Amino acid sequence: MDENIKREIIMEHYQNPLHRYVVEDDNYIKVNTSNSSCIDNLDLFLKINNNIIEDIAFFGEACAISISSTSIMIENLIGKTVEEAAIIIQNFDNMINEKDYDKNVLNNAIVYNEIYKQNSRKTCAFLPYRGILEALAKYQKQCYNLCCKNEEQEE
Amino acid sequence: MNREDFPMLANDIIYLDNSATSLKPKCVIDKMVDYYENYSANAHRGDYDISYKVDLEFEETRDLVANFINAKDKDEIIFTSGTTESLNMIATGFFANLVDENDEILITSSEHASNVLPWFRLENEFGCKVRYIPLDSSYHVTLDNLKKSVTPHTKIIALAQVTNVIGDVRPIKEICKFAHERNIFVVVDGAQSLPHMKVDVQDLDCDFLAFSAHKMYGPTGLGILYGKKELLENLEPINLGGGMNESFDTPQQILLKELPTRLEAGTPNIASVIAFKESIKYLEKLGMENISNREHYLRKYLIDKLLRIPHIDIINLEADSGIVTFNVSDVFSQDVAFYLNKYQICVRAGNHCAKILKNATKVTNTIRISLAFYNTESEIDTLVDLLSNKDKIIGEMF
Repeated sequence: MDENIKREIIMEHYQNPLHRYVVEDDNYIKVNTSNSSCIDNLDLFLKINNNIIEDIAFFGEACAISISSTSIMIENLIGKTVEEAAIIIQNFDNMINEKDYDKNVLNNAIVYNEIYKQNSRKTCAFLPYRGILEALAKYQKQCYNLCCKNEEQEE
Repeated sequence: MNREDFPMLANDIIYLDNSATSLKPKCVIDKMVDYYENYSANAHRGDYDISYKVDLEFEETRDLVANFINAKDKDEIIFTSGTTESLNMIATGFFANLVDENDEILITSSEHASNVLPWFRLENEFGCKVRYIPLDSSYHVTLDNLKKSVTPHTKIIALAQVTNVIGDVRPIKEICKFAHERNIFVVVDGAQSLPHMKVDVQDLDCDFLAFSAHKMYGPTGLGILYGKKELLENLEPINLGGGMNESFDTPQQILLKELPTRLEAGTPNIASVIAFKESIKYLEKLGMENISNREHYLRKYLIDKLLRIPHIDIINLEADSGIVTFNVSDVFSQDVAFYLNKYQICVRAGNHCAKILKNATKVTNTIRISLAFYNTESEIDTLVDLLSNKDKIIGEMF
């Protein structure tokens, strides 16, 4: 992708990010994600229904790379199943760590394909993915607990 | 001034993060290398020549530091790992035995974490209360506000002499006088003052003072805990071990050494202590007043130029130190720091470890420039030039 186009996409998502607001709804899983090496600090809100990511929102203070990466991630993950999301996250992780990755699943997130050249910015780009991984883990735990509860009732 | 003394300045950087740590002059670096290459022995073991030399030089630093801050007695100088350890030793080693649920500790919201969290711990463990002296409209501490904050329950006033974000110089001498008339202890965090101004503990009459060598053009990993001798005598050592005990046999039979050794358990940071002597000599040679004057001049030079840039919001317009804290409107502070880094300019972005200051300033994150005497007008010109074009900042911030 051309450098200027990449820059335009990042700027657009930084200046007009998707879903930047606080969600107060118990149907959402809330996680906070922050970088110890810098000052990025975001709350993420994730809603999953029937194994499909229905909505993601975020709120907080962070740099241009973190904010744009969050917005692009939201654009890419909404409507995906939990398993598809996991594949996207893994491929993003691979890309910023210079491993093989499938660019077809990343869509606009490939604008960060050279972020590995700026080590301090890698953690910024990955910040929302780290948060979503934690939210997905929470979701799976909820499912597991629900499943156990149902089994107990059946017994 | 004296740029040629600093090897780091031969690199192509503009270093404006001196409050985080200062650069080291060659004399300090040479001394560390000399120790490691020529007389690398332990201290306080003087049975052979090089160890004896270590002992002498180690204690010489203590003498020099005592003289530098005008302490009455060299036993009032304790070597620690840094300001943080010094403040923790004061809070936990001295005050934990003194406070109860009726006592109040006065701090401000602009203190560094190291002068907040040790007091929070006392509140959590002993029920005493941490209270805040309100800051004025410039985020400074006034004697008047301090007087209003003192109650019959105030036991400790713990303040930075110069804060690391606002850079205001607190009236410590007047505060000590007022406090001591009411039997209140005064603890001073000198991390940001010692490198930049003359500090005289007898003149201030503070009870404790904590500071770090690495911010004073000295080596990392070394701090000083100063305390009035009669108070240090009652400071419980947090670390027990080698070097600080006279004898021991059973748990009931432990005899500790006298000050200052009693508070310096284990092998100390010998190389840093020995090299710190060179920092002190260096600072004395330059003259603290000359350093202060130069840094005040540079700050004014910078502020005058920043004021002409409409998109720069200066947080601490008034401050008698080398610290300038600001934001570029609508640009995240870290993006500005990243942009400046592309031009080898080192500045700090964030909350600078003063996490409750945002309650007063309503600003969470800022860019901080902290000047030292070796910075130049031309470095400031380069910085200002880069900051004056907002489109360029946005265009190059990632």
